[in-house]
Amino acid sequence: MAQEPPPVPPPLALVGAAKSFGAVKALQGVSLELRAGEIHALCGENGAGKSTLVKMIAGVHRPDEGHVEVDGAPIEFARPADAQQAGVAVIYQEPTLFPDLSVAENIFMGRQPLARGRRIDRPAMHAATEALFARLGVHIDPARPAKGLSIADQQLIEIAKALSLQARVLVMDEPTAALSGVEVERLFTVARSLRDSGAAILFISHRFDEVFDLCDRITVMRDGRYISTDPVAELTVDAVVRKMVGRDIAALFPKQDTEPGEVVLEVEGLTRTGVFSDVGFTVRAGEIVALAGLVGAGRSEVVRAVFGVDPYDSGRVLVNGRPLRKGRPAAAMAAGIALVPEDRRQQGLVMELSVERNATLTRRWALSRFGWLRRSTEERTAREWTRRMQVKAGSLSDAVATLSGGNQQKVVLAKWLSTDPAVLIVDEPTRGIDVGTKSEVHRLLSELAGRGLAVVMVSSELPEVLGMADRILVMHEGRVSAELSRAQATEESVMYAATGQREDAA
Amino acid sequence: MAPEVTAPSSGQGAPFGPDRAPRGGTLRRLLATREASVLGALVVTVILASFWVDGFFTDRTAGFLILDVTAIALIALPMTLIVITGEIDLSVASILGLTSAVMGQLWFLGLPLETIVPLCLALGAVLGAINGLLVTVAGLPSLAVTIGTMALYRGLAYVILGDRAVADFPRSWTSGATQRLGETAIPWVVLLIAALAVVFGIVLHATPIGRSLYAIGSNDEAARFAGISVRMTKLWLFVASGAVSALAGVFWTLQYSSARADNAFGLELSVVAAVLLGGVSIFGGLGALPGVIGGVLLLGTIRKALELADVSSDTLSVVTGLLLVISVVAPNIVARLKERRRPDTPSVPAHSNQR
Repeated sequence: MAQEPPPVPPPLALVGAAKSFGAVKALQGVSLELRAGEIHALCGENGAGKSTLVKMIAGVHRPDEGHVEVDGAPIEFARPADAQQAGVAVIYQEPTLFPDLSVAENIFMGRQPLARGRRIDRPAMHAATEALFARLGVHIDPARPAKGLSIADQQLIEIAKALSLQARVLVMDEPTAALSGVEVERLFTVARSLRDSGAAILFISHRFDEVFDLCDRITVMRDGRYISTDPVAELTVDAVVRKMVGRDIAALFPKQDTEPGEVVLEVEGLTRTGVFSDVGFTVRAGEIVALAGLVGAGRSEVVRAVFGVDPYDSGRVLVNGRPLRKGRPAAAMAAGIALVPEDRRQQGLVMELSVERNATLTRRWALSRFGWLRRSTEERTAREWTRRMQVKAGSLSDAVATLSGGNQQKVVLAKWLSTDPAVLIVDEPTRGIDVGTKSEVHRLLSELAGRGLAVVMVSSELPEVLGMADRILVMHEGRVSAELSRAQATEESVMYAATGQREDAA
Repeated sequence: MAPEVTAPSSGQGAPFGPDRAPRGGTLRRLLATREASVLGALVVTVILASFWVDGFFTDRTAGFLILDVTAIALIALPMTLIVITGEIDLSVASILGLTSAVMGQLWFLGLPLETIVPLCLALGAVLGAINGLLVTVAGLPSLAVTIGTMALYRGLAYVILGDRAVADFPRSWTSGATQRLGETAIPWVVLLIAALAVVFGIVLHATPIGRSLYAIGSNDEAARFAGISVRMTKLWLFVASGAVSALAGVFWTLQYSSARADNAFGLELSVVAAVLLGGVSIFGGLGALPGVIGGVLLLGTIRKALELADVSSDTLSVVTGLLLVISVVAPNIVARLKERRRPDTPSVPAHSNQR
């Protein structure tokens, strides 16, 4: 892989690392070398395992297999403090500072310089903070509280803290996602000067222009596996995108061809300031429309606003031509919308309640007569729908938390399909479930569309999007950046739109 | 609709989880509930007290016991629903006191009781609505809100009545409040309590509203995603709590024939103790009304027995406090013991929230 082996062992390396969460293999056999004086980019789709890798380096997760090496010697990070001790610092997308403490106190938390009588030596602490900021070339008042600082400034404080800890390895996990252009430039200046002073930097970003602008080498991951590491000079955006998506699961997703019917769902100019703006689309009966894009592009927020769980500032939603009251999930349900939410455990199910109660929660009024619910009616309904969805549960009175992820998802689907919806919105319908159930869910969605449901599917998995959708709306930073028909859509064209690139410009 | 999925088994074994209902039929399942242990404790307490305390096992004692716990029993009904949604209302005793003060003052000013009583109930509903609005619209924790209004409402009661007591209510009303059923020593109030208990029990256990209360208490986000109007539901619960507390205030004032600003001072603790003792989880989402009735009676029985045995009132509050602590701690200990007996609890795998 690498051309010239470094004369000194790299300050940090990952060797053959693997990590599983339950049945999900998040990482398998990943090796990575971070060299001193180099900025190394890590690229991959959502779910490629980047965050797991970062958490391993940071000492949050321990590898199931393989190990971490510091200066060529194997080492075990049992906890984040061990990684910190070894000189690893991680800057997250959203820094977690203590808002009411001063900037200097945040940097020297737990190791403040002391004066006589074990009092904190405030002048010394402020002077040390000034010195750190001078090295970074930024100006922030050490005495001001962290509250009210921009995210960019907060990141710089984290970097200053890393410097003060003598960090030799700096990991930046999507640091630019929430920054403006000027702030990104300033961050890059800091990163370059740190590199020039001998730090090893790992930089994660979905923005290819930044990756190519800043980094020296690029490692690509896909589906939890290591794909390649190459110097930037030998790569193009095209090549990286191909490596990121290059996958071969073509025939897995059997979307039946259907004749689209009447328009069922119309979304016009939906805007929520700072989250998404001017989102519009229509969905016809029998059609599956996918919302693709990167995490944080605003897809889930849009569908939540459509369903009324989240507010929106302007625009409107129509079902069968009738406008929907905003902010009222009950009204959306009455109009025939069902939402299978992204976070099954927090939003989709009440984990402590039984399978039966969860399955009938959406139909509690429909099943009651004059406000009176009979246990037998509830049980019959729950039994019927869990049978249709082939939910495997010991008993309907089991807490739904005792089921596997795939079976939990089937309960969520049962809960919503039993409302006989006209529009079914599914947000990451197959996240974290096993392959078998995954194809069951795909077949189900396809069948439902075949029966005339309008289906909206938010998904971060490109093969799923390409296999299932009749049309694909790609979102980038809160806007719809492309609308692609089934024929136009390829992994590359979706990825370009999702990262805000234009195909012709690459 | 009706999608028949004809998919192969997904290879996930049926999880015979530990929460599966024990085999052996409904009876055994009923005996295993928290409500059953409360009712069992009640029976044991009654038997022990009958042996050891002279004059305990009489219908006279039962009658006084019921009069003693009337306010607690009434307020515990809406409190149960509130605690099941994960909230709490600590202002109930102050609403009772304020209602009592207003009732006394209006009577003092010469209004007829036929007018005063509905006014008092409406006042209670308004006071409850204030709690509810602060919790739902302002989004504040109910613990903080109702500690605040507990002091506020009690303070208003003192503003209205000072340290005066209004005691000259007509005999027809005061003896009406303590009227016995026929030849027995049991007061008719027991019928009112029973009727309200049935209403609250049905709402909680056999209506769509009750289902949503449990969902809200377990996970209010998932409840919202299921189309439940969480705020509205909570608002109405606080209104109900205020109105029932006011009703308890009316009865308290008539039973003791005394309207005072400090009526039922500290009663909220007994109510919460009874509810938790009855098996309702302070964290919400768990509990049943029959258990709470058992909790009220258990608390009342223990206190009555100690009272008849000439135990001082200071000791009585020690007992109330102890019961409160035990009722919160016991379920945790039981749960931990169960877990130790079954070490193979399938821990739900940590969700990999990777991007």
